[in-house]
Amino acid sequence: MDFSLSEEQRMLKDSAARFVKKECQFEQRREQMRSPLGYSDEQWAQMAELGWLCIPFNEEYGGLGGSLVDVMVLLEELGKGLMVEPWLSTVILSGRLIEMLGTEQQKQEVITAVCSGQMKLALAYSEVGVRQQLAAISMEATPRADGFVLNGEKTLVLSAQAADQLLVVARTSGKAGDEQGLSVFLIDPNAEGITLSGYATVDGYRAANITFDNVQVSGSAVVGGVETSLNDVGLNNAFDSLQVVMNEAILAVGAEAVGVMDLLYQTTLEYTKIRKQFGVPIGKFQVLQHRLVDVFMQCEQSRSVLLMAVLHYVESVKESNKSISGLKVQIGKSGRQVGQEAIQLHGGMGMTDELDVGYYFKRLTCIDALFGNVDFHLERYATLV
Amino acid sequence: MDLTIGLKYHEFREQIQKFIRENITDDIREAGRLATSVFAEPKRAMAWQKILYKQGWAAPHWPKQFGGTGWDVVERSIFAQECLKANAPPLIPMSLLMCGPCIIGYGTEEQKAEYLPKILSGQDFWCQGYSEPGAGSDLASLQTFAESDGDDYIVNGTKIWTTYAQYANKMFCLVRTSREGKPQQGITFLLLDMNTPGISVEPIIGLDQVHEQNTVFFDNVRIPKANRIGKENDGWSVAKYLLMFERGGQEYAPALHFQLAEVRNIAEQVDVAGTSVWQNPFFKRKYCELEIEISALEFTENRIKSALTNGQNPGPEASMTKIRGTEITQAITELALEAVGEFALPLQVDVIEPGSTCVSVVPEYAQTVMPKYLNARATSIYGGSNEVQRGIIAKMVLGL
Repeated sequence: MDFSLSEEQRMLKDSAARFVKKECQFEQRREQMRSPLGYSDEQWAQMAELGWLCIPFNEEYGGLGGSLVDVMVLLEELGKGLMVEPWLSTVILSGRLIEMLGTEQQKQEVITAVCSGQMKLALAYSEVGVRQQLAAISMEATPRADGFVLNGEKTLVLSAQAADQLLVVARTSGKAGDEQGLSVFLIDPNAEGITLSGYATVDGYRAANITFDNVQVSGSAVVGGVETSLNDVGLNNAFDSLQVVMNEAILAVGAEAVGVMDLLYQTTLEYTKIRKQFGVPIGKFQVLQHRLVDVFMQCEQSRSVLLMAVLHYVESVKESNKSISGLKVQIGKSGRQVGQEAIQLHGGMGMTDELDVGYYFKRLTCIDALFGNVDFHLERYATLV
Repeated sequence: MDLTIGLKYHEFREQIQKFIRENITDDIREAGRLATSVFAEPKRAMAWQKILYKQGWAAPHWPKQFGGTGWDVVERSIFAQECLKANAPPLIPMSLLMCGPCIIGYGTEEQKAEYLPKILSGQDFWCQGYSEPGAGSDLASLQTFAESDGDDYIVNGTKIWTTYAQYANKMFCLVRTSREGKPQQGITFLLLDMNTPGISVEPIIGLDQVHEQNTVFFDNVRIPKANRIGKENDGWSVAKYLLMFERGGQEYAPALHFQLAEVRNIAEQVDVAGTSVWQNPFFKRKYCELEIEISALEFTENRIKSALTNGQNPGPEASMTKIRGTEITQAITELALEAVGEFALPLQVDVIEPGSTCVSVVPEYAQTVMPKYLNARATSIYGGSNEVQRGIIAKMVLGL
């Protein structure tokens, strides 16, 4: 067993750490979060230049052919810089879905554009009542002579405002509750009938609810091609690919959460050394020492489960569900404890908008709610033991 | 021992219900429904206070001769419950729950006559000047100095976490009048007018993006010595008396039962693939655990009330109810967060402003869930952090 990073991975880690230190100062991040766009285009271009948009993609399409281990290395560092860029939406949720499901032509066109930083994407899958039970997706895509008509509403489409193209999951057959019959469409967000209600999220991201009112799309919009999608299961089984993409997203936010927790732990530890009450640094109080030790242990345990889940995934995509649910449970619980302790030990200051602590805390809180929370993944885990 | 509640209380409850039903307005209810912390939107909370004031019910816990109701502890509890049920916003606590009792306990007859009526009527809006940047949990180390100058004090220093200072016209505060002896010995309790020259207020925005807190700066602020409550250098006794009220004067359980019921109500509405979150046994189990914790606290509070009725003072038990009350508050907000899932994510500060016409992007039941969770993190910090409370119990009860 060897958990050490390769030379390339160490370089990736260092360059991400430098980027965070130089480009992601808290005041700058807070300003970006409050700007209409929600992130900086220049930084996005920089990320493209550094190759961070093409890490997991096949070399054929302009990717680096990296593994989820590389994604983990990158995201842990970016997490320390309060990432707000549409990276997760573009690269993992959408880019990887296209790579798994798309036709050769779609992969060539879309992934190449993603890798070069020319195209941002967002995945519209969730709906009221879905709550990560992907089979419950009910939005319909009704076949027409030359394509499909989409009607329905999608909720919490992450980074939708930034997206040049939307990936929309809808039902071409079956009914809510069926794993079969789901298809994915690649749609221009400016198409007629699409209304986007955008908003900021608590952790500074952008997201939108999107309504589709008789939106006409051609057959070529079907990711993977129309023939296979209309087939009940389809060779491109969208359901399975979505599951895989969700797992990858969990690995990515898991790594991000580990970075966030680590930063909160370090920040809080430093604060308890300098904040004096009753004539001594509060870190001298044994009760706080023990609490910080617990925080430290939560960080370490989370990192361990992250490594386990990433390595299981790399070993076998199909058999990694249990480990990945385990990861989501671990970071959900640890994230809550680490975040809450960071606030508590910072006292009133931790409750303010002035300190970065609250932002990291909010990010951890939101990460738990994304892609199924602790309860969801405990239940999924229970079906696998 | 007796668990029964007499028949007279049923009539009392009906009388309260009738009054609330006939007098509360939709606007006021909205402020109660949208309140995300113990500090409700001040305009509507004060409107509610004025309605209660006209009825003589603004301060049920005050002695009758100063404008209290003369209700016993059970009646006060019933009143609190009925207000909650009607979605009435909590009354702003600084005047009625904190400053008032201090003036009643330590003020001169002149001070009582001057301040108490205006507290009840809502004419005066008080804020609390206790904490300082360097004096949080270690409150006694406060440094804001009041220098004697004839009949006045000249005050210099900084107060922080001053809730609603932006609305207040009065402040009760702790200042240092002596640097001799133990830190607790040189503290004096002062009342002051927020319009006095030399006072400036700066907002502190919370992590929930709400402006509740402020920093208040004092630059050579001249305050008459007549505004002092209690003796010079004896402010710590007044402060301790007040803190006991702040920590133990309130009952947590009725509000907690209510908040937990709200979470159930939310969970019943959240659709998950055709069923509801409430149907999920994982969820229901956590709900039940919390209900049992609240029941334990409820009867702990009942035992304290029973002791108070029998003429004893609230002691360090107040620290126990503060710890449990705030921890359960936080746990309830966490459970709500789990119930609504992704619906908690959109930032909806404008939507939950009472009277707002902004359109919500999530169902109504989910609007305040995240703000409440974020805000509730402060409950284990303010009013003496829970670490400080545990220290008090260790020392005063366990004798460690």
